[in-house]
Amino acid sequence: MGAFIINVPANVSLFPRRRESNFVEFRKCLQTWIPACAGMTMLVLFLGIVGNALAQSAPQKFPGVGRAATPAEVAKWDIDVRPDLKGLPKGSGSVARGQQVWEAKCESCHGAFGESNEVFTPIVGGTTKADIESGRVANLRRADFPQRTTLMKLAHLSSLWDYINRAMPWNAPKSLSADDVYAVTAYILHLGDILPADFVLSDANMAQVQNRLPNRNGLQKYTPKWDVRGKGDVTNVACMQNCKQEMKITSNLPDHARDAHGNLAEQHRLIGPVRGADTTKPAPTAPLLARAALPAVAVAPTPRGDPPPAVPSGAALARKHNCTACHAQASKLVGPSYAEVAAKYANDANAVSKMMEKIKIGGSGAWGVIPMPPHPTMTDAELKALAEWALRGGK
Amino acid sequence: MPTKYPESTVPAQTGRVLKAPEHFLSQAQIAEVQAGRRDFLRGVFASALAGASATAGVAAAQAAGVSGFKGDPNILELPEHTTGLGSPVAALGYGTPSKWEKNLQRRESPGLTRVSAASVSFCPLQGLFGIITPNGLHFERHHQGWWDIDPSKHRFMINGLVRNPKVYTMDDLMRLPSVSRMHFIECGANTGMEWGNVAVPTVQYTHGMLSCCEFTGVPLSVLLEDCGFDKVKGKYILAEGSDGSSMTRTISMNRALDDCIVAYAMNGEMLRPENGYPLRLVAPGLQGVSWVKWLRRIEVGDQPYGSKDEVLHYIDLMPDGTHRQYTSIQECKSVITTPSGGQTLLDKGFYNVSGLAWSGRGKIKRVDVSFDGGQNWRTAKLETPVLTKCLTRFNISFVWDGSPCVLQSRAIDDTGYVQPKINQLRAVRGTRSIYHNNAIQSWKLAASGEVSNVQVY
Repeated sequence: MGAFIINVPANVSLFPRRRESNFVEFRKCLQTWIPACAGMTMLVLFLGIVGNALAQSAPQKFPGVGRAATPAEVAKWDIDVRPDLKGLPKGSGSVARGQQVWEAKCESCHGAFGESNEVFTPIVGGTTKADIESGRVANLRRADFPQRTTLMKLAHLSSLWDYINRAMPWNAPKSLSADDVYAVTAYILHLGDILPADFVLSDANMAQVQNRLPNRNGLQKYTPKWDVRGKGDVTNVACMQNCKQEMKITSNLPDHARDAHGNLAEQHRLIGPVRGADTTKPAPTAPLLARAALPAVAVAPTPRGDPPPAVPSGAALARKHNCTACHAQASKLVGPSYAEVAAKYANDANAVSKMMEKIKIGGSGAWGVIPMPPHPTMTDAELKALAEWALRGGK
Repeated sequence: MPTKYPESTVPAQTGRVLKAPEHFLSQAQIAEVQAGRRDFLRGVFASALAGASATAGVAAAQAAGVSGFKGDPNILELPEHTTGLGSPVAALGYGTPSKWEKNLQRRESPGLTRVSAASVSFCPLQGLFGIITPNGLHFERHHQGWWDIDPSKHRFMINGLVRNPKVYTMDDLMRLPSVSRMHFIECGANTGMEWGNVAVPTVQYTHGMLSCCEFTGVPLSVLLEDCGFDKVKGKYILAEGSDGSSMTRTISMNRALDDCIVAYAMNGEMLRPENGYPLRLVAPGLQGVSWVKWLRRIEVGDQPYGSKDEVLHYIDLMPDGTHRQYTSIQECKSVITTPSGGQTLLDKGFYNVSGLAWSGRGKIKRVDVSFDGGQNWRTAKLETPVLTKCLTRFNISFVWDGSPCVLQSRAIDDTGYVQPKINQLRAVRGTRSIYHNNAIQSWKLAASGEVSNVQVY
């Protein structure tokens, strides 16, 4: 089938400005039989052999699916700003205005000077005036430098503007005006000694400010791990025998970190070829089965967020224990209906305890000869819930 | 060719009930057993040792030469589930795992992140079988929290360098021709904590930003064609999410047309909310951050977009202080999941060593396993299916003689690329990077049977 599909190139439109399928057009041709259609008819007849392939070769491949996006829709969603500043809206904001917005909406997470390491990694710090000259942040070469801040890494001003605009503040993204995004961006750059205190950042001067970013020359597009046909940057050889003279352990977890990730026994299955190590105790000296006494198997913990186990409702218990197979709400099936049960025990003060006993041990005689099976596994709380539910007429 | 462990070297007791050590039962306890007090046996073995060690209990009784031993109480005393009535159908409208499996959970790594709405939960690889990740255990990575979006209100837009910018509803997308393909997804930061040294104890935390599903959706190429994308100037696409972060990622047009899917389903059901319900991008072979969740828009452009997560994060810090950008492809990698760090072997004897291998460039061609820290290697058996840009399960037999050893796996993909050692990666990229660590993982098996995370290169 597939071999017969003829794809008409998308730019060769047989019936421009028309939404009907080729087949509809073909029928119209047959009806009117205008000469201009004759050649086309032969083509369509040929295509007709492959049936549904016709629809696939039509200019509009999926009629009825999707619709044109309106300019307003595109404008609302297409907010990205590229490194070449395409997409940047008009507007401006001063460092002073940025400080106001910062103190109201940003400082609580990022700190007064963008230096906080409490909630997120620091935005400001680690850059120098020399970096602004060179466009490379010297501290990025230092192995002993404790943290990479946003301004140390930032190579495109557009990335900062775009991110604040689309994702900040943290709990109210997209709530800042374009002017305030300019202002906050200016204030951050001021905190990093990149812009003076009286600066006003705008769409008109973003490109100039880009040329002051301390790490504007620090990013390299690395294509071997981007291209479909690229290659990795490391070459290993698949040696099979006598590959290394001496095996040496160069790194391992220190003993004091044994339980840093909790009790690993509780993070593994309770059966199988292995168990999770009981990290509440020091490392053992012998395999599990070889030890004099096996550790108690960790009880499966209640997953975080699970409610504590509650007694199921009477209705749920009735379903679970198949009561509904023999008892209905109002009509007698194999056993009496819940309505009948409720009526019979309406004036019995001990009805609940009697009913609990009956459900538990089962029996016959009260309503007929067909016995009710016992339910020995039900807890007293479950028996009580089920009995009370039945005595309310199954409600 | 997969190699098989020689039969003759498998110890004779394999498969039999294991012997228990001496002194497991006291003389007085043995006397009680001999007096026919089976209750005592049940008490000791069922409660103190719990069900998992019943084998050892029986073995102990046998080893102790108990004349009154009739057999395993788990056989001799019929359990409730054999003698009672079970639960009816549809008792659970949507089934859940057994209550005995609750230890296998997605977990955060303590201290890794500070805000749980911009964090990661790791998949418990140590307990999974085959290659498919159960949907409820799929790893999570959110940048600004997750949402359960009303699918009837979700919209997907394609704009930019296209002839016809279009909007699609979920109804529209689900009417279109669909494909279902199995692919792995791995976060670019998977194993990132281990660049400098060993940092975390188990495979859940070393490799658990990894999952694999059968995804169903519309090929992105079909949708781009439907909008009439510019085949000359359209070199890149931008994928954008609809969550608060509105995550944006640049993908090359070659990739987009190759095998990317605008997906609405995983493993036979709709996407889980944590995984982008109702729509996400599936970008096979690329790091997980490119698989934009809650996908709302694709823009076609002539330049890369330099988004925050392409300029400040998911970049590789090199020794000279520069950052490599757009290093999106997840290179060939593998890890042994059983036995793995934080586990304890039951005893000496036979084990099926099992693990996972994958490559963002294609299929897995071969996996070798070393039991001596990389000096000698044997080729493991690859289990089918072996699919492109998909997890591949490997297995190999191992008889542990009780002496300490170091286990490793090394994968080779169909481009011929061999999974590297950590020192080879460090020679190129240094030790301060976070992303794209695909080094050979070493697990040390101690004489105690405990397995721990080590580095040997």
